[in-house]
Amino acid sequence: MKQNGIMIETKDLTKVYTRGNEEITSVNSVSFRIDKGDFVSIIGPSGSGKTTLINLLGCLDNPTSGELYLGSRAIFGKARRLSERELTKVRRETFGYIFQNFYLIPTLTVRENVLLPLTFYRKPDTEHEADKLLQILGMDHRQDHLPGQISGGEMQRVAIARAMVNKPEILLADEPTGNLDTKRSAEIVEVLQGLNKSTGLTVIMVTHNPGLARNANRMFEMRDGRLSLIERPQE
Amino acid sequence: MITKFQVAYRNLLRKKMRTMLTIIGIALSAWVLVSLLGFNRGYEISLNKDIDNMGFQLMVMAKGCPYEAATLMLKGGTGLRYIKRDVVDEVMREPEVEQTTPFLMAAVFDPNKGESGGIAGYFGVEPKSFSAMKRSLKFRQGKWFTDENAYETVMGYEAAELEQREVGDMILMPEKNVQFKVVGILDRTGTQDDGTIFIPLKTAQKIFNQPDEITTIGIKLKSGADSARLEEKLYKLPDVQVVSLTQVKDTIMSLISTAKVMVLSIALIAILIAMVGVINTILASVWERFQEIGILKTIGAMPWDIFQLIWTETLILCTVGGILGVILALVLARVTDILIRSVLPYAPGGGLVVIDWKLVLVTLAAILGIGLLSGVYPAWKAGRIRPLEAIRGEVGR
Repeated sequence: MKQNGIMIETKDLTKVYTRGNEEITSVNSVSFRIDKGDFVSIIGPSGSGKTTLINLLGCLDNPTSGELYLGSRAIFGKARRLSERELTKVRRETFGYIFQNFYLIPTLTVRENVLLPLTFYRKPDTEHEADKLLQILGMDHRQDHLPGQISGGEMQRVAIARAMVNKPEILLADEPTGNLDTKRSAEIVEVLQGLNKSTGLTVIMVTHNPGLARNANRMFEMRDGRLSLIERPQE
Repeated sequence: MITKFQVAYRNLLRKKMRTMLTIIGIALSAWVLVSLLGFNRGYEISLNKDIDNMGFQLMVMAKGCPYEAATLMLKGGTGLRYIKRDVVDEVMREPEVEQTTPFLMAAVFDPNKGESGGIAGYFGVEPKSFSAMKRSLKFRQGKWFTDENAYETVMGYEAAELEQREVGDMILMPEKNVQFKVVGILDRTGTQDDGTIFIPLKTAQKIFNQPDEITTIGIKLKSGADSARLEEKLYKLPDVQVVSLTQVKDTIMSLISTAKVMVLSIALIAILIAMVGVINTILASVWERFQEIGILKTIGAMPWDIFQLIWTETLILCTVGGILGVILALVLARVTDILIRSVLPYAPGGGLVVIDWKLVLVTLAAILGIGLLSGVYPAWKAGRIRPLEAIRGEVGR
């Protein structure tokens, strides 16, 4: 469900790592934009820089050079870069994150894990969000279980609900199906598609699986730090 | 909603054994701390009580080591020197003196005492002046002697319990083979009087063949009287020495203070060990949850939130440990009392370890303060974890 307006824009975004005496350009001068309500997938082989790019987009990492804008707000601009504290605020107000490893708190129940972000930060009208999400994601019957008592696919659903509970504008999914079998992977991508369509959520998904990536509206390929759009024939 | 407290509490339940051992460490140091602080107070209170219950402020006795004499007086000792009975009249002539009471202390070997026999102390007293001075003494049974030459005895509470005597029973003074009729049993006082057997002064003088002699004179001063001036005057009497009970108390307290410094040092070491234990436990738990803490930051936690979370864990450990330690100290106060008593050269009657609610609050506050201090470093470290490092699993870089 693509809407009007730019959500993310990058200009010559570059990230260079130093390993010993060697400099590795993980993200090389990436310029692109993602609109509100877009569902974008990024594929590429291991080490191509796709995770580094999603970390830069999600304000988890600082670029070496280049610019990053969230809407009209400069996160890493020409003149100014946000401080770590400001970045933390941007992260919690704007993004929801899901990872290959689900990182659920093992001592908290499914419901408590989903509620956890609200302990630290709470947007208005989020009182019933956790219950609503658990229902949408088909996890309401498991809400009192501990993470150790549910399957991998279910754990990723809980992680999605946790990422969504504060109504983020952008959901960043880094290899969300990396630890799941084919069937569960398809289910998770279906969930992301559903959320994108029903709520207008902007989704950026990194995956090594081209089959799953095709479910996105737009598909990018990352190779040697450079990003390119994969043109697809009109369906 | 789930609170930070709930998250912190559940985290501690992950490694139950480690959490329990840390709590035990804190509880033991809290126990040591509260017991020793309780001992500091209790010893002084008991000593004051012992001295106040004597009813007099000055003692006059034959020349010798005054502190040894005073300690023997408090403990009920043997081998004392004698002064003439007439000294009492001379003392009474002084304007600062309100009342006097003479004693004759004596000791006999009792083969039935303990495993291989022991010393039984007898106090020859004048019922009239003695009871006037020691108004705190109350009778559980009976009353004072009928006659100043009677072969009668008044037993302290513990002495009567030990000998299993009631009023009307007879008691044999070993060595001298003299029988006394028990005419009175005192209520428990919590002082040395509990273990004492009192007999009439004149009877004691007759039995121990000291017809005109006594060991000590207890002197009660008039209100506002100058004790130092009286001491000076009394020193002019031949072959006597004057012991002020304030001096005795000060001397005993200064002797005990060395022991107190030592035990407080031990308590401090115990607390330091517990502190290192807390830091170690919390740091280990932070490193184990490195990724998890990083993820908390991606879901909205600010560094201060993480700091609070980790600090709350420390607080929970210290609160539970502190409370357990205080309970342990209260429950085992009697055992601590016996242990301390067994290593001290002189211990007054009554409880040596006095734990009141103020002491409990002070100890808990100290333990919490120390706990909070211990938690600062791990909490600060955790607050500084960057989400990206955590996701990459760069532990401790």
